[in-house]
Amino acid sequence: MPKGTGWRISLIGIFVLLSFLYLTPTLVAKLPTWWSGLLPKDKIHLGLDLQGGTHLVMEVDTQKAVEGSLDLVATDLEDTLNSKNLRFKRISRNGFDKVSVVLYEKGTADTVQKLIKDKYPSYELSPTFDEGGFVALTLRVSDKDAQDRKDKSVQQALETIRNRIDQFGVSEPTIQREGINHIVVQLPGIKDPQRAIELIGRTARLDFKMVREDISPTSGTIPDDAELLKEKSVDSKTGAVTEIPIVVQKKPMITGDLLTDAQVRIDSQFNQPYVGIEFNSLGAKLFDQVTAANVGKRFAIVLDNNIHSAPVIRERISGGSAQISGSFTEKTAADLAIVLRAGALPAPVKIIQNVTVGPSLGQDSINKGLYAGLIGVLLVVVFMAVYYKLSGMIANLGMILNILFLMGALAALGATLTLPGIAAIVLLVGMSVDSNVIIFERIREELKLGKSPKAALDSGYDKAFLTIMDSHVTTLITAAVLFQFGTGPVKGFAVSLSLGVIINLFTSLIGTKVTFDLFLDRGKVKKMSI
Amino acid sequence: MELLGKTNIDFIGMRKISFIISAIISIVGMIGVIQVGRGAANMGIDFSGGTSMQLKFSKPISIADARTALHKNGIAKADLQEIKDGNKLLVKMAGAAVGKPSEMVQTAFKKEFADNAFTVESSTEIGPSIGDKLRKDTLIAALLSMLGIIMYIAWRFDFKFGVGATLATMHDCLAMFAAFYLMNKEINLMFITAVLTIAGYSLTDTVVVFDRIRENLHKNLKGAMNTIFNDSINEVLSRTIVTSTTVFLAAISLFLFGGEVIHDFAFALLVGVIIGTYSSVFVASPIVVILENRALAKNTKTA
Repeated sequence: MPKGTGWRISLIGIFVLLSFLYLTPTLVAKLPTWWSGLLPKDKIHLGLDLQGGTHLVMEVDTQKAVEGSLDLVATDLEDTLNSKNLRFKRISRNGFDKVSVVLYEKGTADTVQKLIKDKYPSYELSPTFDEGGFVALTLRVSDKDAQDRKDKSVQQALETIRNRIDQFGVSEPTIQREGINHIVVQLPGIKDPQRAIELIGRTARLDFKMVREDISPTSGTIPDDAELLKEKSVDSKTGAVTEIPIVVQKKPMITGDLLTDAQVRIDSQFNQPYVGIEFNSLGAKLFDQVTAANVGKRFAIVLDNNIHSAPVIRERISGGSAQISGSFTEKTAADLAIVLRAGALPAPVKIIQNVTVGPSLGQDSINKGLYAGLIGVLLVVVFMAVYYKLSGMIANLGMILNILFLMGALAALGATLTLPGIAAIVLLVGMSVDSNVIIFERIREELKLGKSPKAALDSGYDKAFLTIMDSHVTTLITAAVLFQFGTGPVKGFAVSLSLGVIINLFTSLIGTKVTFDLFLDRGKVKKMSI
Repeated sequence: MELLGKTNIDFIGMRKISFIISAIISIVGMIGVIQVGRGAANMGIDFSGGTSMQLKFSKPISIADARTALHKNGIAKADLQEIKDGNKLLVKMAGAAVGKPSEMVQTAFKKEFADNAFTVESSTEIGPSIGDKLRKDTLIAALLSMLGIIMYIAWRFDFKFGVGATLATMHDCLAMFAAFYLMNKEINLMFITAVLTIAGYSLTDTVVVFDRIRENLHKNLKGAMNTIFNDSINEVLSRTIVTSTTVFLAAISLFLFGGEVIHDFAFALLVGVIIGTYSSVFVASPIVVILENRALAKNTKTA
């Protein structure tokens, strides 16, 4: 055996073995039990374009989260001042980063100022100023805190969405944060994408608010502490939507974060599904107090600023459970129960990208992609065999090794195979042959100069080396940039392409060369089949 | 087997004709690029934002009927396209918000074609902000990869070769834009991917030719530029053709059998392979010859 053949052959052997090892989980449907443990379990994932599914990009309206926390501060201050008998005219959120407090006298203002400094040290407190004869001051949330709140809201939204999806039941979902305020959700193989999207995108903020019967919804002037909301009801037969405006107290009595559970139940009398909810101890106590104090009055169940229903409180409800009924189907009731259990999103989300591929199209793409790939490989194999004879077959062997290694590498990285990824593999077939063509043409030239097969082979490889390097590096540059900036399918293309280029460099410079060396070494070949 | 024996074609001598052809292609390509910039070309919704759906009907459906059905139900602006096999219909609506339009289309068809059930094979909705981001990212990607490649070539060869390679690569990209613009095919992310891939491929091709030219320049310091370049191109000609053939074979099988999703992508690759091969012989090298000759003339003048 020629010098240096041994290690090269062993290296190829090791790579072949590794490739098969890593490919096993992909190829074998059910792994034997002894496999798990040390041996690789990752497999090549199919992209959504190949297996069908939904890819969503959602934008979290983080500004709303900051505003929400300012609203909380305002309510909290109101409560605190009330409990300390400090009289104030108005406390409310002002714009997107301030809470303004308007007081009657300078004396209270000093006390309030001190109180705020103690309670909210991180807020920037303005000196008192005059506002139409009253004493006013503002708290401003610091930029750092606002940024923090925004960041947390995205994190919370991500967790909530993950909870909802888990409860909805999707196998292998991907939920990731992207950039500052984007969340990417991938739901492979999902059957009813529309329903899933509605479930995920819903804010699901639940409030119980008292109805203000004393204010007419049509009066046009609504006091600061009340708001006009609408009760929407859909006629199940005609599908007509009716909207009834109702004025409610702005401040909720109880909010959805006091819930511990929500379940779908069926009303035995009308056979109608409803959602039964359970409060935690604080919620139960509040609910008990509120219902006791307001028997005979109406309260509104408000979901995402729409009144879901506004029943009359018939009697005091203790025990901490209540029910939300309405014109539900079993599905809508189940979805509402899921979002209530998983909790509200800290801020509204907007779906800014939605790519859905049906399972039939995905299967069609796999079949056609593989079929096209196979034909492409076959055409190239035949061409090489005819054009370069035995040497062509060696090149073909190199190409097959290339594909094997690439698949193995994809499996080892747990990479995702997309349709453009298959295209990249097919392209790689062409390129893998190219390196050999460059080498073979060189060898032919050297042979024409009258060199012996062995000498022609060596100088052919030597002279082709730089050319091959150059051509691979340029492709690698493109692939790297595509990887950095591409999304979804394009990224898949870039991964396959760059791995392919690196692997091809190995097989063409080491793999096929060692095969030639072996051939030429045995029995002093006089003529080369090229 | 050998397709070509020893050839002796005067490629450099043909530069007048080839430059005219390339100039025309490039100008059409530039018009295409300008139209893309203005948003007047057939833009994919991944750049413009909007909704695109692929529907599969159980019975054949005519585009005219589908259009009236959409009009009746308040969808005035939709781009409809038929896919030959299997009663498929592509509906594209630019610049619309995410969520509503796809529902509207489905309700419209359900109402108007009650006896012709359909399934949504795929739907893509992209908000305008994503479209903007993608366009920006793509532009950066294209510029960066160009820059990287030029720097690499300039480092491996010299500036004149760098210019030749860059111009040839730009020529190839423009040619692909020209083809897609003239055929009114959709410019989308996949097309840009194909363009960048071909940029890499065409450079590979050019580099192989340049490598040989450089080698021959070192061997033969006194010969006329035209001869050295011509000889080099002829020497690597059979490699150029064989490689192009294999890549072409792979791409055409994707084009013919790969299915509708990658049909246009494969088409772009095909155009690119052909034009990339042409440009490495007829565009890149002649430009370097001109530059080298000019440099030589300057040197002799000063000497």
